[in-house]
Amino acid sequence: MDIRENISSSLTMIKRNKMRSFLTMLGIIIGIMAVIVVMSVGEGAESLILNQVKSMGSNLVGVMPGASEDDGPPASVLGIVNTSLKYRDGEEINKKGCDCIQAITMYVNGNDVINVADNKISTNFSGTTASYIEVEDTEVGEGRFFTKEEEKGVAKVAVLGSEVKEKLFGDQDPIGRRIRIKKTNFLIIGVMKERGISGFQNQDDQIFVPISTAQKLLLGIDHISLIRAKIDNDKNVDKAIDSITWILRDKHNIDMGDKDDFTIASMSQGLEALGSITKALRLFLVSVAAIALVVGGFGIMNIMLASVQERTREIGLRKAVGAKKYHITMQFMIESSVITFMGGMIGVVLGILISILTAKIVQALGYDWDLVITPFSILLGTGVSIGIGLVFGIIPARRASRLDPIEALSYE
Amino acid sequence: MSLIQIKDLKREFANDEVVTKVLKGVSFEIDKGEFVSIMGPSGSGKSTLMHILGFLDKLSSGTFHFEGEDVSTLEDDELASMRSTKIGFVFQAFNLLNRASALENVMLPLLYNKEIDKKERLKRATDLLESVGLGHRLHHSPNKLSGGEKQRVAIARALVNNPEVVFADEPTGNLDSKSGLAVMKILQDLNEKGNTVILVTHEKYTAEHAKRIIKLKDGEIVEDKEVTERQWANTNGELTK
Repeated sequence: MDIRENISSSLTMIKRNKMRSFLTMLGIIIGIMAVIVVMSVGEGAESLILNQVKSMGSNLVGVMPGASEDDGPPASVLGIVNTSLKYRDGEEINKKGCDCIQAITMYVNGNDVINVADNKISTNFSGTTASYIEVEDTEVGEGRFFTKEEEKGVAKVAVLGSEVKEKLFGDQDPIGRRIRIKKTNFLIIGVMKERGISGFQNQDDQIFVPISTAQKLLLGIDHISLIRAKIDNDKNVDKAIDSITWILRDKHNIDMGDKDDFTIASMSQGLEALGSITKALRLFLVSVAAIALVVGGFGIMNIMLASVQERTREIGLRKAVGAKKYHITMQFMIESSVITFMGGMIGVVLGILISILTAKIVQALGYDWDLVITPFSILLGTGVSIGIGLVFGIIPARRASRLDPIEALSYE
Repeated sequence: MSLIQIKDLKREFANDEVVTKVLKGVSFEIDKGEFVSIMGPSGSGKSTLMHILGFLDKLSSGTFHFEGEDVSTLEDDELASMRSTKIGFVFQAFNLLNRASALENVMLPLLYNKEIDKKERLKRATDLLESVGLGHRLHHSPNKLSGGEKQRVAIARALVNNPEVVFADEPTGNLDSKSGLAVMKILQDLNEKGNTVILVTHEKYTAEHAKRIIKLKDGEIVEDKEVTERQWANTNGELTK
């Protein structure tokens, strides 16, 4: 009996017990599907994160208030207010920082509900500096951005993100008109070019105002939440970090041996942190897949043991007419592998469908998501499913092959 | 040289320190072309004897030569090879695979003989089914066949590997008398063509279709003689003497 005949006889068995075969395959289907999805979504998420961070520029260094704990992010990232960074710190970096620092910008953030005629939206406002455009490498679409003088002079001017403009004014020209943010009237002087989502933030759904205005008139604070520095070259990032560290330590009167009261992170560090998160997530999903596959494997073993019992007389007959142990072993191992292979194939197809669906959903949300389905993941899924059939088929197959033909033939 | 030669064959089964002696020293020879009935009441050891002669079971002591070769020391897979090439079995309960067609059932033993290709398998099985009068039933599954037809499929299966010996264990036990006689007719015809047939039965009448009867009782041979008034069956299921 050759492999082809064994396979076709296995297919007959599967066809005869459709429901049972399907339930047997379920663990494998879920496991393989998870493997395919994990690999595809993992790749997609990684490329998404990379694109998001790259879209902000890999030559940026961020300074956040508060010390970082054990190399992790500072508490301010989690929304805990820390007032250790001030506007003058940014100014100091601008003045004394190494030549490699091309420009710096600063931020404070808030949100409010804005009304224009019948249009009402809840949006974020960013208090920032005139250098924002240069540091973030972006452009004004209509009108202009605010100047250094306006930034320092608490000017009540605002630049709208393209989406905010669209929502509030539609096709009308907003320049020269006024909007009210936190009970203060602002003159609209410009509209930003569309930028999309970058750094996981919708850059178009924001209103930009001078940082001093936001601090004094909108938020009533004197600290800032982030300084961002643009470095001339990726290679100088470490040098820039050193330079900023010493400037701030000096400015904050931090003694030798004491911890910084701020945290500096480069984009590559941010990437690493995000990378470790996706890695952990992937590991978790892979373990879920592995558990499903092992459970599926035991399901196969269970059903094959039942099948051996059910077909005891058949095995006895086959042995009586000349089947050797390995013929019987082969028959049952091939049968379990055919079941797991079919389960694996269904899993691959479902996995691909879910990956496509995920990509469509994320793309619809406005993110730049690459659908990645590698031939390797399909090969892996197929290989693993056949492997599980072989591994978990061994015990039932050996049990079948060891049956005594006389006892098996008289089995009721 | 005898086809089968056994000397002082003993078979014991040990179960929880209780040893049951099923065969207590049996000796006989069977030549090529014989038609032998092994007869005896239930518990006499006739089935165990047939299992040993049919390479399904091993002896506890004594000797067993088949075509002059000592087969008492063969391992499981070697015994399987012997079953696949030297003998054919006809069982009382037919033992057909219900999900396979008559043709596939007949081809089953050839699946384990890699020297015979698919075309040859198909030809042999078709020819044999035609010869037992089932040429029109090739693709029927066993549950669509009558008892007599099932046993004829089983006989075709037993013959498909051109065996030296055909063993039939109570082949008429599950059949009505007419179908039973038809089966006996096929076995007698086979023997007439030169095949060695060994029949196991507890019925005197069925046993008398053979040329020789070995009677067993309590694991020992009590009689071994030629049949003087042999029964003959014809395909119409009628008895002709």
